[in-house]
Amino acid sequence: MNIKFILKAISVALVSFSLTLISAVSFAATDVRIMWYGDGDKENVPIAAQIDEFNAANPDINVILDIVPYDAIMNTLPIQLAAGEGPDIARVTDLGGLNKYYADITPYVADPSYYEKSFGPFLNWYRKPGDTTSIHGFHSTMTVTGPYVNKTLFEQAGVDLLGPGATWEEWAAVSIEVAEKTGTPIPMAWDRSGHRVSGPAISMGAKYFDASGDPKLVDDGLKAMTQMLYDWHQAGTMSKDLWGSVSGSKYHAPNDWWNAAEVVFMMSGSWQIGRFANEVGDDFDWWAVPAPCGPAACTGMPGGNALLAFNANPAVGKVMDYLSSKEQLSSFIGQVLAIPGHLDLQVDYQTDDPNAKHALNTFAGAVPTIDQVAFDLQAHVDNRIMFNAIISRLGQAIVGEMTMDEAWERMDEDVEKQLKEKYGG
Amino acid sequence: MENISNQTKNFFLRILNIPFAFLMHAIDLIMWPIQKIIGVRNMPYIFLLPNLIFFGLFVIMPLVANFFFSLSSGDELLFAERELPTTKQYDQLFDCESYLNPNTCTEDFFWRGVYNTIFFVVFQVGLMIFFSVLTAVILNKKIIGRGFFRSVFFFPVLLSPVVVGLIWQWILLKNGAFNAIIESYGGDKVSFLTDPSWAMASVIFVSIWAHMGFYTLIVLAGLQAIPPNLYEAAEMDGTSRERIFFRITLPLLMPNLLVVFILASIKGVQTFDEIYVLTGGGPGTSTSLIVQYIFTTGFASSGSVQNFGLAAAASMVLGVVLLFLTLMQLYFSRNKESKHQEI
Repeated sequence: MNIKFILKAISVALVSFSLTLISAVSFAATDVRIMWYGDGDKENVPIAAQIDEFNAANPDINVILDIVPYDAIMNTLPIQLAAGEGPDIARVTDLGGLNKYYADITPYVADPSYYEKSFGPFLNWYRKPGDTTSIHGFHSTMTVTGPYVNKTLFEQAGVDLLGPGATWEEWAAVSIEVAEKTGTPIPMAWDRSGHRVSGPAISMGAKYFDASGDPKLVDDGLKAMTQMLYDWHQAGTMSKDLWGSVSGSKYHAPNDWWNAAEVVFMMSGSWQIGRFANEVGDDFDWWAVPAPCGPAACTGMPGGNALLAFNANPAVGKVMDYLSSKEQLSSFIGQVLAIPGHLDLQVDYQTDDPNAKHALNTFAGAVPTIDQVAFDLQAHVDNRIMFNAIISRLGQAIVGEMTMDEAWERMDEDVEKQLKEKYGG
Repeated sequence: MENISNQTKNFFLRILNIPFAFLMHAIDLIMWPIQKIIGVRNMPYIFLLPNLIFFGLFVIMPLVANFFFSLSSGDELLFAERELPTTKQYDQLFDCESYLNPNTCTEDFFWRGVYNTIFFVVFQVGLMIFFSVLTAVILNKKIIGRGFFRSVFFFPVLLSPVVVGLIWQWILLKNGAFNAIIESYGGDKVSFLTDPSWAMASVIFVSIWAHMGFYTLIVLAGLQAIPPNLYEAAEMDGTSRERIFFRITLPLLMPNLLVVFILASIKGVQTFDEIYVLTGGGPGTSTSLIVQYIFTTGFASSGSVQNFGLAAAASMVLGVVLLFLTLMQLYFSRNKESKHQEI
């Protein structure tokens, strides 16, 4: 074995090693990370199955699904994005609030016109003001806020359900009547959320914006609705134990009390249908009822969640095309029992639950009745600032830390202060 | 035979020594020129350097960054994109018509946090010292199962604050275990966590339960250090138990109680996690302390503007309070040491 042979052997080994390395790099799958929150397995299992299917069919792309709590989407994601460390795609509900981080995936999707045709009105909710063309993602599900009633309790009390056109005062009165007759501890429970308060406030005449379209939170309509909520808490129509269990603008849903049949009337939204079908089961009949009315409207708030891109590349485009396709969306919506955000989607809902079917019809039927102010508010980039101001100050007034007059004054100040911090001035 | 065995042992030791010797020589190669340049007297600083680098990176740098954040404004995270310098955050924090009424302050949530923290620390620390002394005195006596009880009282200290919060939430909720017991005796349910008049008392109680074991241990150590002949002499003089406690035990425990007081105060001012899990700072803001204000303002705004500058300014104020308490602790502990040396 001479020196020439050894050198040759080393050269051959080095070349082979380099080739192996190059081929490994060129065939390595591109990672696409999705940050996803879901309402339990009902939503997490279908999306995980779709991702597995995508990964199997696309060996050049490796989609990683990070299932996180909703709090992480609201509080951790914005900090990650601010630090430039966010995921490629995330399921988001603060649709306009994060728009400075969205990436335009128009060059990377197969057919941009499909997004315009299928999700047209919602695309503007994600875009920066003045932008009318970018595609950042698609609406995963559309939601409408509205109330549910425990129908079994109404039947036991011998009280008829109210029909369309009934006012908030009338619903409160019958809920109290049912609670008294059946010994139910809580006549009314609401999600602790400014978004949930806003539909009813618009029904009472709240406008949320001034003539030039800038946020102007407190007016007679908002005062009327928040005063009503305050009074209901003081009178025991709503339990202080629900909204009192957290502070600030923290979200809290009364699902545990509802599931235990301790609530007659629950103000929440269409996203609960799947959960109720799962968790309430045969324990009692629950129905979604039309949004109660005020002097100005009978409206809930639109909303929903969207899968939005924070990185634009061919792999992200391909994942978005797959998940937004009619086939995948229809399958997903059918399993999670939600209202589609797709404008032309036939959904075969996979449920035999008459309560769920009735609720889906009620909420889908409510979409055309949503007030324009509600759509404008939902589309506004700073709507969360207003929602949070409402709920944190109303929460303080309810527990006696300030009067309603002080709370309204503070709501306007909070909005003004936050907008100044955000935009300067 | 023994000689051969020793030779083998020495051989293996020499073999094992080779890598160490090699390493030492390699270190010498680096250290020798450094020592030559800076002199042997300054060499300790070289050995401290790795630790100082980590300390600087993970303690000093965040502190400096926090200070600069407090002098900036905007909702961006990167300094380059923030308005700097400005005292706006401090102005906003201290803008009050009357400091005694949070409703007159621009940042009323901060001032509510300040007052809640003061209330919490005063009662939590006071009651904690009282119960720690009481427990330590009992555990210092020759009671049956003394070792078991010492472990039982210390056990909660080992639990994570989140676990403590969750356990007590299940017990104190309106539909929780404690209310079930009250109801079974014909009483009405109490909203321990959601009634403003009960919530603070509940979190103080839980906090004492969770931390008392640690302070009991410190007091117990102090009790055991008191010379028994003092008690024997007092008993021989026919001194009453109360007098013995107030004239011998308590004065000799004072240095330990001072340590407990300062440590518990520092910990009390920093309290966040247990309360956040237990009440979320509610109802309203009745159990929201300063650290929760900082967390919510900077990191958990639920879609509102994440005001890093304001959170940083509030944490600088908190830092000053903690610095004062720490200096107090250092002063008293050094005072104690010098007194010991004098003795």
